[in-house]
Amino acid sequence: MIVSADNRKLAGLATIWIVLALAPYWMAPLGGYTALGTRILVLGLAAMSVNFLLGFTGVLSFGHAAYFGLGAYGAGFALKFLAPSTPLALVCGMLLGGIAGAALGALIARRRGVYFAMVTIAFGQVFYYIAFQWSSVTGGDDGLRNFSRQPLHFGSATIDILGNANAFYYFVLVCVALAVGVMGFILRSPFGRTMIAIRENERRARFLGIPVDRHIWLAFTLSCFFMAFAGALYALVNNFADPRGLHYSQSGDFVMMAVMGGMRRFWGPLLGAAIFVVLQDYLSSVTVNWMSFVGVIFIAIVLFFPRGLLGVLQRRSEA
Amino acid sequence: MTNLLEVRGATKRFGSLVAVRDVSLAVQPGELRAIIGPNGAGKTTFFNMISGFFRPTSGSIVFDGRDITSTPAYQRVVLGMGRTFQITEIFPELTVFENVRISTEVADGYRLRPWIGRAAKDHVRRQVEETLTLTGLQAKAQRLVGELSHGDQRAAEIAMALALRPRLLLLDEPTAGMGEQETYEITQLVRRLHKDSKLTILLIEHDMRVIFHLADRITVLDQGNLLAEGTPQEIAINEAVQSAYLGKAA
Repeated sequence: MIVSADNRKLAGLATIWIVLALAPYWMAPLGGYTALGTRILVLGLAAMSVNFLLGFTGVLSFGHAAYFGLGAYGAGFALKFLAPSTPLALVCGMLLGGIAGAALGALIARRRGVYFAMVTIAFGQVFYYIAFQWSSVTGGDDGLRNFSRQPLHFGSATIDILGNANAFYYFVLVCVALAVGVMGFILRSPFGRTMIAIRENERRARFLGIPVDRHIWLAFTLSCFFMAFAGALYALVNNFADPRGLHYSQSGDFVMMAVMGGMRRFWGPLLGAAIFVVLQDYLSSVTVNWMSFVGVIFIAIVLFFPRGLLGVLQRRSEA
Repeated sequence: MTNLLEVRGATKRFGSLVAVRDVSLAVQPGELRAIIGPNGAGKTTFFNMISGFFRPTSGSIVFDGRDITSTPAYQRVVLGMGRTFQITEIFPELTVFENVRISTEVADGYRLRPWIGRAAKDHVRRQVEETLTLTGLQAKAQRLVGELSHGDQRAAEIAMALALRPRLLLLDEPTAGMGEQETYEITQLVRRLHKDSKLTILLIEHDMRVIFHLADRITVLDQGNLLAEGTPQEIAINEAVQSAYLGKAA
C-alpha cells in the first residue's frame, strides 16, 4: 500500500514536469502562447513562495508582494547600472528582496494571526511608496525601464533568451525547477517538519523544544528569498519593474492563487496561478471588470472546495 | 542526593487573584511525585511555572542545580523537561509516527537541519519505533493522530514527551476523561516509565486510585496554598487534607 502511494506520487511528479516541459508545444494549439506559460511559471513560483509560509508554517503574510517587487527592482538595477548579465540580475534581485525580508522578518516574527498580516501589509506598503515616490532612482509611477534580459553565454555557445520565446521559457523553467526543488527539499527536512509542527500546534511545538519565533523568522526569510527570485524572473519576463508589483493588492493576488489551487498541497499554488493568469489573459480581453469575475470564481472555489482545486482532485483520485 | 527539581516559594498572581501562593517543592531523581488538590487549587498554574509556560510573580525554580526561573519554555525542554497538557496537545493532521518523529529529531539536535542523511534518518526511525513500542502505539504508527481514540491520543502525547528523552516528565492529568480500561493502561505505562525506565515524574491527577497506586510522595495544594506533603499513607490520614476534600465543616 505504501509502495503504491509512493508510485502515485512519482507518477504525479512526472506528469507535472512533462506537462511543463512540453508546454510551448501544447499551449499554442489550445489558443495559448509561450509567454503566457512563462508568466504562469513565474507567478506560480511566487504563489508557492507565499504558500511556503501560509500552507506549511501556517503564517499568513499579506505583504509578500514587497519582496517580489524588490526582487524585480534588484534585477532591473543590476541590468541597468551594474552589468548586462542575466544571472547577475537574478542574484541581485534575490539578495535585495531576501535581505529586506530577513531584516523585516526579525521585527514581524513575534506577531501572530491578524497582527502578523497587518504588519506585513504595512511594511509592504512602505516599499511600494518608496518605489512610487523616488522617481529619480526607481522611475516612480512609470516603473523602472530601459533594461532588458541578456543572452546567456556558455563558453562559445550563446542562448538567445531575449528574442526566442521558447528559449526563454525553458530558461525560466530551469530556474523555477531549481527553486521549487530547493523548496521541496527543505519541506522534507527536519527543519521543514518543525515548520509543519508550528502550523499544526504552536504550543506543542514550543514544548517540544522548538524556538517558534526563530523558526517562523527563518521560514519567512526563506520564503522572501524565493519570492524575490520569482520577482527577479518577472523583471526579466517584462523587461520592466512596476511599482504596482509591490502593492498589497498584488500580495492579495498571490494569496488568492495559493488558496484557489490548494494551500496544503505543494503544487496547489502553481495550479492556482495557472487559473488566475489564464482567466486574467482571457477575461481582460473581454471586459475591463475581469477582476470581479475572478473574484466570483475565487468565492465559489473557497465555498465549495475549501481545500482548493488540487486538494479536491487529489482526494478524488485517492478515493 | 541532590534534588532534580526545586521550586522555592513560587507565587503567581493574575491581577488581584493569587493562583499559587508561596509554594515550595523538591523532587529527587527517580521520584514519582503527584500533585493533587480540589478544583481551583492552582495545580496547573504551578505546573505552568515549572515548565515555563509563564514566569512566577515571585519565587524561583531550580532544575538540576541551575536557576531556570526566567529560562524560556523551549530551552527548559532542551535542559530535560518534557510535558503533556491537561487538554491533549498534538499534531492532529499528522500520523503517530510523524508526531513522534518531530520530537525525536528535535531531541537529536536536527531541528535546524535543511537535510538529513540516510544514517541519521534510520537512527531517528529506530528511536521512534522504540518510543512507540514503549507506549504501545506501534500498531497505530501510520494512523492520523486526530483519528485515534482519546486514550490513544493521550498515549501519543506521552510518546512525544518521551521522545525528547526528558530527565523530568511532567504529566498534567494523564487519565483525564478516560474510561476504566484506558485509565488502567495509562497507569501501567506511567508505572513502567517510573519503575523500568527510572524516569523522574511529576504528575497532576484527580483519580485517587491512580495516585495512591503510583506515587512515592504526594503534594496537596488547596486554594493556591501548600496544604500538605508526604507519602501516600501520610496523606491518607492527614486531617487538613480530609477537610479540604470533604468540605471545611467536616
